[in-house]
This record gives sequence, C-alpha cells and structure tokens, in this order.
Amino acid sequence: MAHPMKMQLGEWPVPGNAVDDRDQELAVEARGLVKRFDGFTAVDGVDIAVPRGAIYGVLGPNGAGKTTTLRMLLGIIDPDEGYRRVLGTERPTDVARRIGYLPEERGLYPAMKAYEAIAFLAALRGVPLKDGRRRGRELLEMHGLGYAADRQIRQLSKGMAQQVQLLGTLVHKPDLVVFDEPFSGLDALNQGKLERMIRDLAAQGTTVLFSTHVIAHAERMCDQVAIIAGGRVPFAGPVDVARDRLRPQVRLETRARDGLWRAALPADARSEGAFWHFTLPESGVEPLLRALIEGDAGILSLSIERAGLHDAFVAIAGEAAARALEENAEEEGRR
Amino acid sequence: MLSHRLQAAWVIARRDFVAVIFSKAFIFFLLGPLFPIIVGMMAGSIGASVQHDLDRPVLGLALPAHEGDLMAVARGTLADKMAGPVPDFVVLQRLRPGESFDARAALKRGVSGVVSGSLAAPVLTATPERVGEWRGLVSVIAARAAEASPQGYPVVKVDTVATSVAKQRNEQVVTAQAGQILLFLLTMLLAGMVLSNLVEEKANKIIEVLAASIPMDALFLGKLFAMLAVSMVGIAVWGAGYGVLVVLGQKAMPVLAAPAVGWPLFLGLGFCYFAMAYLLLGSMFLAIGGLATTVREVQTLSMPATMMQLIVFFFASFALARPGTWIETAARVFPVSSPYAMLAQAAQSPALLPHLLALAWQALWVGLMVYFGAALFRRTVMKSGPARGRKVGRRKLRPA
Repeated sequence: MAHPMKMQLGEWPVPGNAVDDRDQELAVEARGLVKRFDGFTAVDGVDIAVPRGAIYGVLGPNGAGKTTTLRMLLGIIDPDEGYRRVLGTERPTDVARRIGYLPEERGLYPAMKAYEAIAFLAALRGVPLKDGRRRGRELLEMHGLGYAADRQIRQLSKGMAQQVQLLGTLVHKPDLVVFDEPFSGLDALNQGKLERMIRDLAAQGTTVLFSTHVIAHAERMCDQVAIIAGGRVPFAGPVDVARDRLRPQVRLETRARDGLWRAALPADARSEGAFWHFTLPESGVEPLLRALIEGDAGILSLSIERAGLHDAFVAIAGEAAARALEENAEEEGRR
Repeated sequence: MLSHRLQAAWVIARRDFVAVIFSKAFIFFLLGPLFPIIVGMMAGSIGASVQHDLDRPVLGLALPAHEGDLMAVARGTLADKMAGPVPDFVVLQRLRPGESFDARAALKRGVSGVVSGSLAAPVLTATPERVGEWRGLVSVIAARAAEASPQGYPVVKVDTVATSVAKQRNEQVVTAQAGQILLFLLTMLLAGMVLSNLVEEKANKIIEVLAASIPMDALFLGKLFAMLAVSMVGIAVWGAGYGVLVVLGQKAMPVLAAPAVGWPLFLGLGFCYFAMAYLLLGSMFLAIGGLATTVREVQTLSMPATMMQLIVFFFASFALARPGTWIETAARVFPVSSPYAMLAQAAQSPALLPHLLALAWQALWVGLMVYFGAALFRRTVMKSGPARGRKVGRRKLRPA
C-alpha cells in the first residue's frame, strides 16, 4: 500500500525546515500519524501538539497505541502517513541529542557499573565519556545513590536500576523528555519522587511528554493530555477543557421532602437518601437557587462538583476504554 | 551529521569492544585455534581428497630412444600389481645417441623426479624422500621394460636434490588450507559473537534506547567494527602465542611452507580477506538478528546462513584441488567464497594483480551487504505489532 506522506505534508502548514512562530511554541507536533503492522492499524490518524515547557500526558489503556505513537515521534519507527515535527525538525533523529527517552521496557547492560551506564547513555547523546562519568557520579550522589556508583547494574535492585536509567535519560540536560509509562513498576515512594522530578524539569523549561494508563497521574501532573483509545485520539488539549466536556454535578440536601421546588430539578435528578444528584442545568446555578428558595425547599447544603478526568475519559473514550484502563491499573497493582 | 554518525558508531564500537574483551566468551574465542583440529577431522574426507588429488606425483623419463616409452608401458603393466602408490610416468625427452639431459633442471618443470641414464643403468634424480620411496620401484620397472621376464634388476644410481617444485607446491597447498581454515573459523566465531551480542541487547531491552539515541546504521557499523577490533586482539594473542611456541619448541614445531607471495604480504592479504569475509557474513548475521526477537528465533534464522558458510568453505577447499578449472574461477568470483579462494591463491601464486581486483570486487559486495543489511536492520529491529501470519488473537497482540 502506498503511503501518501508527501501528499499529506502539503496539507499541513509547516513543512520544510524553516522555523516559524509555532516552532517557538510547540516542542512536538503531530498530525494524522498512521502506523500499520502487517495490515493492522495500530495508530490511526493521531494529532498531538505539545507546547514547550509543558507536562503533556498520553492517556489510554494498554494496546491503545501509546508506545507506537511515542516511537514515531522519536523517530524510532517512521509513520506510514502523517506529519511530525519535534523541536523544530521533521527528522527527530537529527535532534536526538536534545531528547531524553525512557522506554517502558527498561534495560541497561548488566555488567556495567552504575556511573558507567549513565556515562554510556550520555555518550549516546554526544556527551564526552569523561564528562559523562563525572556527571554520572554527581547525579548518583545527588539522588542518594552515590554508594552504588561502582556497583554493577546486575547487583542493583530493580528499583535502583530504574533510577539509574532515569538519571541516564536526563544526564545530557535534554530540552524534551519522553517517558513511556514512567510510573510502571515503581512503589508509591518512588512514584512520588518521580512526580517531583517531572515537575522540577518542567519548572526549568524542559518539555515532558509521558504516556500512562493511570488517570490520577495524568490528572495530577499534566497541563495537557491526549486521550488515546483504539489507535485514535478523540481528545487532545488542556485537562480542564477535557473535564469541562461534562457539565458539573450538583449535590443538594433539602429539609422539605416535597413541594413546588421539585419542579426546578432537572429531569436527570435522582434521590439518594436525603440528597439529590443531578447535572447542573445549562442556565447555571442562580436560576436553580432562586427556584429552590422560592419553592421553600429548605436548602441544607448544595455543592457543585466539577467532573473528574475519569468521568471525562468515560465520556470521551467510551465505557470500554475506561474499563480497560481500570483493568490495567488493577493488573499493575497486583504485580 | 556524518560526524555524528561516526561518533555514535564509535560509542557503540567502544562499548562492545570493552564488553567482549572482558567477557568469558572472549576466552572461548581465544581457544578458537584449537578447533581447526576438530573441523579438520570433520572435513577429513574432503581434505583427504584434496591431498590425494594434489599428491599425485609424476616421474619424468629422459632415456635413449624409446626406452622411456618402454618404461611407461611397463609401469602400466605393473602398477596394479605393486603395493603402494605408483607415480605417473611421463616421457620428457627421447635422447639421441650422445645427447645429454639436465635432470635437475627438469625438476623445476613440475615433475617430482627424473629417470635418466638407461634401462640397464638408470639414474634417479629426486628429493631424498622420493629417492627412498622410488628407488626399488624404478629398478623393477626398468628391468621389466628391458625384458618381459627379467633375470636380474639394475642398480639405480641416485642424484638427490634438496627440494622440488612439486614438493614446494604441495607444501604451499598445506599453507593455503591452513589459511582457509583459520579464516573460516575466525569469521564464524566473530559473526556468531556479533549476533549473540545483538540478541543480548534485544533481551536486555537496551535496543530501544539505542534506537532512540543514534541512527540505526551507526549501531550496525559500530557493532561490526567492534568485533573486527576484537579479532585483531585475538590474532595478536595467537600470533604471539605461536611465536613463543616456535621459539621454545624450535624445530619440533611444525612450520608452514612460505607462501608464494611471501609471509608479510600473505599475512596482509590474509587480514584483508578476513575483514571482507567477516564483514560480508557479519552484515548478514546482523540483519538476521534484527529480524529475530528471541535466541531460539536467532538460531532458527541463522541456521541457513551458517550452513551456507560451511558450504562456501568446503566449496573453496574443493576448488583448491581443481586448479585451472571453472570451479576454481567460480570460487574466486562468488563473493562469499572469494576471500577463501583468493587466500589460497596467495599461498600458491606470486601474482599480485588478481588480489587487487579481488579485493575491489569483494569491497563492492561488502558495501552492498552493509548498506542493505543496515537498511533491513533499521526496518526490522524495532518493529512491533502482531507476529506475522497470526490472525487469531490479533486484538491481544496489538502493540502498546
């Protein structure tokens, strides 16, 4: 099958190597990325725009196409169709030295010493070996692993080896860091450390792009997310915008059990004990409050809850994808 | 960008070189020279055939009038009745009365010995070993040539020479065979090591980090040349070891005959041909390694390539025994057998031009193999997705 990549290039406004205003704003841009494996479409028209300095999450269940998308963005594999631009170039491998990448399946040479492993990863990104070794020791010291600097990777625990690889990902001070499921396999303590590290990176101006199947991580950390399911991205943008896709939920407690005020409740209102739950009407909270007061409802409490990312995910990606996401999280919890 | 690629290839080569040199596998690699004995035994039938074909000595006859023809006829009559091998007889010259003949000079024309004088008083000119082997035989055949029922056997005078062209040729064939075996073993060992090294990286999941950091062709080249450097260390160790043994063992150690192009050039050409053979096979193995995801898959996929390399080696060895035939030409031209055949040629012939042509031809193929091997490697090494041909359970096999 012919892949009309060149045709597609013409459709997008920023082909070529010229740096325009958008390059100043976007660290990563992808339009209509498609990847097929032996006739199976793994990624089907993905659009992503990652602003510089942002923390951007690719959220979806296992098998949704997250890793394949990241691999295409990094130039590890080429898309069959579509356009990608990373740090101002359409050839990501040309800017590999400005990128740090931590794949989902971690791996280091077992016989290498910890500081040498970091130096090797730095050398791959163009840092001289001598500087890499020095920085490797410094980083290990800085992160409380100085005592393990001269130990072979095979002598380290899995968690420590993961930390060494993480430091190796950052040793060359990249402009863009890509993590594929970075929290996978980490205990709660190390997840917290990693979250802080990601926030620190973003605070220093580094763009962080990571994939995850855990909604809480995306919700807590990301400025923007791309929700991916079945190889497609039905939503990409700020987390708040995703949540605003759903109307806020109202939780109302009244003294009166019945009365004229009941007519003010929307059709989806359901009663649970002393509480009523319903979606905030489009007219807003003020007309509702007025009707409740005028109808002598005797309001004991009223709270308006904004929809969470989980609800937004269900609404955007569908029940099946949400269920898969939960199953993935449970599976990992069991591991 | 080229400098980036070379730098990246250097990073990979340096890592692989250090990792291999300090690995247990390298000790096995250093023990490699012991394997020729085993392979020599395995390839015994072909080796014996080669030696048999090459060790068919010819005895030249330079006797008055038709005495030489009579001896040739007598040899034909008696050959089957005599124990042990009987050399072929060829009439070099029918001497006129009073004509003299330079038997020593005739030895340079490729015969292993010369019978001159007369049937009644034959003179055998040959190396001491040949004289010991043929003296009685010449006497018997000369007697039979003189009369159908000989009453007695003439005394054969001898004229011994230090060596002969035929003997030298045989010794050079041994040198050629030794060179071919060493080349084959080195190539196979290194190609196997580069393959297992790649599989280890795939198993360790390092390959994805490498693929994201550097161009795939830099990874490919780095791996290939790291093993070439490893081989140089191995050769240096073996050379030094052999030198020490020769010094300690003095004449007890077997010393190969000097190759036709001389030792320095032979060693230089040997290294060039080894590099070509290794780069051809190594590229092929790396491309295969790119396709495989497990050790079992690698074994399955590399089996045909290994068998092909064995066939190529036997083919080149077989061609050694067929000088001047189309088989020899084919072995020299066919890219993967060319390094073996040309190394054998270096041992047997002093001509240098064929080596320049052969190296240029092989370099062209190395370039093509590395180019296409790297392209295939780039395309397949990071390929994910469902296994080929699996339709059932496709959903479960979707890439992450």
